[in-house]
Amino acid sequence: MSQPTLVIGNINWFRYASPQAFFPLAGAMIPWFAWAAALLCAAGLYVGFFVAPTDHQQGEAYRIIFIHVAAAWMSMFIYLVMAFWAGVGLVFNTRLSGMMATALAPTGALFTFIALWTGALWGKPTWGTWWVWDGRLTSELILLFLYFGFMALQAAIDEPRRADRAGAVLALVGVVNIPIIYFSVKWWNTLHQGASVSLASAPTMAATMLAGMLLMALAAWMYSIAATLHRVRSIILERERGADWLAKYRNTVEP
Amino acid sequence: MSWASWSDFLAMGGYALYVWGSYAVTAGLIAVEIIMLLIRRRNALRNLGGPAAGARR
Repeated sequence: MSQPTLVIGNINWFRYASPQAFFPLAGAMIPWFAWAAALLCAAGLYVGFFVAPTDHQQGEAYRIIFIHVAAAWMSMFIYLVMAFWAGVGLVFNTRLSGMMATALAPTGALFTFIALWTGALWGKPTWGTWWVWDGRLTSELILLFLYFGFMALQAAIDEPRRADRAGAVLALVGVVNIPIIYFSVKWWNTLHQGASVSLASAPTMAATMLAGMLLMALAAWMYSIAATLHRVRSIILERERGADWLAKYRNTVEP
Repeated sequence: MSWASWSDFLAMGGYALYVWGSYAVTAGLIAVEIIMLLIRRRNALRNLGGPAAGARR
């Protein structure tokens, strides 16, 4: 079977579908995304705590929004990206795709937990309860279990390619939960509020709050990319540990 | 700026437990993930040269 090619601007982009070519590329990208995450997070925290005003209804409790919304968006988006790579791996049988899906899961689970945790700490002072079986909260909890299920299933299968395929089926079936989370506030109008950007009354308040929220969301994006690239490099090292091209990295600290 | 002093800032208008509880746990978990990433890479680099993952033992 001949290698597939996708040539744009004299670069065959499918070259980077091989772990050997992707490994140094990912390594070169990590510091950029990590620094972008740190700077955006610092800017977001500054805007969130020192520029955005006190909310006239929720007081200072609303400042949880700057992590809650960013984490909730990331939890859903990472799942979609994970399912995408899992699906690509299933269809085209490319090794790197499965590794990407595996690398995304822990960071996705982390953001899902943060969304649930900050939601509980926000719900207590504003709704008077840590938890309620509301559509949004329940479907987000199911998302956390989907991430855990994906990781547990892959961990239970010794052969990586079989683990990739089994995980891919689970990830793709679980995609149905993402629109349920997204539309849950419309379908079951119970406790979780709808659009979060309409929180404030005055438009000037919304502008600085929105700015803080978007900066934190961008920081979460950059962090997720850096963490995933870092993890996928470790997965490449683990799965290809006998490969000749990796021998030079043995016992090094910073390949 | 909503704060008159540091203690005012830390008090978060009476919501300190909820606001700082959110930020502290988030920061802590991200720190844990970063440490786990670094440990995983160190172990992966140490184990280079051995049989590939999933190879028959």
